[in-house]
Amino acid sequence: MPKDGSAVSLDGQGKPMWLVLELTYRCPLKCVWCNNPLDFDQYGKSELSTEEWKRVLREGRELGALQLGFSGGEPMLRDDIEELVAEAEQLGYYTNLITSGVGLTPERLKALKQAGLKQIQLSLQSANRNLTDELVGARVHDLKVEVARMIKAEGFPMVLNVPIFRQNIDQVEEILALAEDIGVDYIELANIQYYNWALLNREELLPTREQIERAEAAVIAARKRPNQKMTIYFVIPDYYETRPKACMNGWGTIHLTIAPDGAALPCQEVRVIEGLEFPTVREHSLDWLWNDSPLFKKFRGDEWMKEPCRTCDEKEKDFGGCRCQAFLLTGDATNTDPACAKSPHHHVIEMAVNKAKQKHHEPRPLVRRQVGAVTTVFMEHK
Amino acid sequence: MDEDFHFQPEDRPQLDPKYLLRWEKSQDAYVLLYPEGVIKLNATAAEILKRCTGETTTANIAHELKALFVDNTNIENSIYKFLEVTHAKGWIRS
Repeated sequence: MPKDGSAVSLDGQGKPMWLVLELTYRCPLKCVWCNNPLDFDQYGKSELSTEEWKRVLREGRELGALQLGFSGGEPMLRDDIEELVAEAEQLGYYTNLITSGVGLTPERLKALKQAGLKQIQLSLQSANRNLTDELVGARVHDLKVEVARMIKAEGFPMVLNVPIFRQNIDQVEEILALAEDIGVDYIELANIQYYNWALLNREELLPTREQIERAEAAVIAARKRPNQKMTIYFVIPDYYETRPKACMNGWGTIHLTIAPDGAALPCQEVRVIEGLEFPTVREHSLDWLWNDSPLFKKFRGDEWMKEPCRTCDEKEKDFGGCRCQAFLLTGDATNTDPACAKSPHHHVIEMAVNKAKQKHHEPRPLVRRQVGAVTTVFMEHK
Repeated sequence: MDEDFHFQPEDRPQLDPKYLLRWEKSQDAYVLLYPEGVIKLNATAAEILKRCTGETTTANIAHELKALFVDNTNIENSIYKFLEVTHAKGWIRS
């Protein structure tokens, strides 16, 4: 008979249950923690067409995909999003729109509702207008709050995605109060992960342990408030854990991301790893890309593991952590994620954490995500 | 979340609108889809949740389930327990 736990979460059984479509890397914002590639502006010409995205949707369902995220960049910059949502709904996906809110006009919101969109994840960076605007490099705070209220008025379930870093972590209480006032269903206060633009700005963005502890205490207090209707998630950065995150629940096990140019990726950051090839849905079926491509086979299972992962009794739990982080911070994607205290490279994490602790470090400007902010041509793998 | 909530026989539980219950061929099972998650349901859980439409009373749900699963003598308590657990999880509303 049913008891708690009789209804089990799916493990995927080898199916790409979570499909994320990065419809475009174009975005009106310039967030300093953006996880899009540093050369994001190179993808504009090669974005998939509406018909190509529809084929991806059909093939994804045939492979057993259930959850679908429309992401970016800013997906609302595509003028076919309503059409793609309608197609996805008809195919039987649970459709999520992951947006900054910019471009989500009342008309388009209604059209999305009509197309059958199930849920919206909206990003918000602070409860303070000036801070939000500064962090994202555009005057959008008031617009975002207005869009949040519009989303609720249309009756969508909403997740408020709040990326957390040193500049906003001390305002968790204010952010929670604003979210409660808007009436969001889920709020995810997620410390950012350090790849691409965030890694570039890591020294200025990584909070201190004390900041994280204070924020966590505020979250716990908020969860305990009587009549708390919001589900509050709080994700601490893996830099402050002694074990790595179970990244993507394992390489090529349940997550499939399609980049704007149609490349099928085991995670959104994977293009940072040198020496891999990224075939696209233009040349191959999604079935081949998921099941047979060298990219998806590369780190599937645990054959690729070295010590200390290979003989570790926790390898089934965290799968050795994140391959991208291992590559970026140790130079070898087959190494243990250095976030793990058992990693011989763990000192690179400790150094970053110690740096965050130093109160009087030399302040540096933040690099905003925008065309021309950095050049990648001298990076080895380019 | 109200951990101590108890359903009464005359209550008419309803699936929270954030959740979508449907048959999924690729899993050969009913699944519950919601923001950021998928839950595969066993047959009994699915039969109970299918009846959480806001129109059927808890007493009737239990009655109908009894007819489906005849081998269990203590099914009623289990159904109430399941409803209370899923209520605490936010899947259903009273």
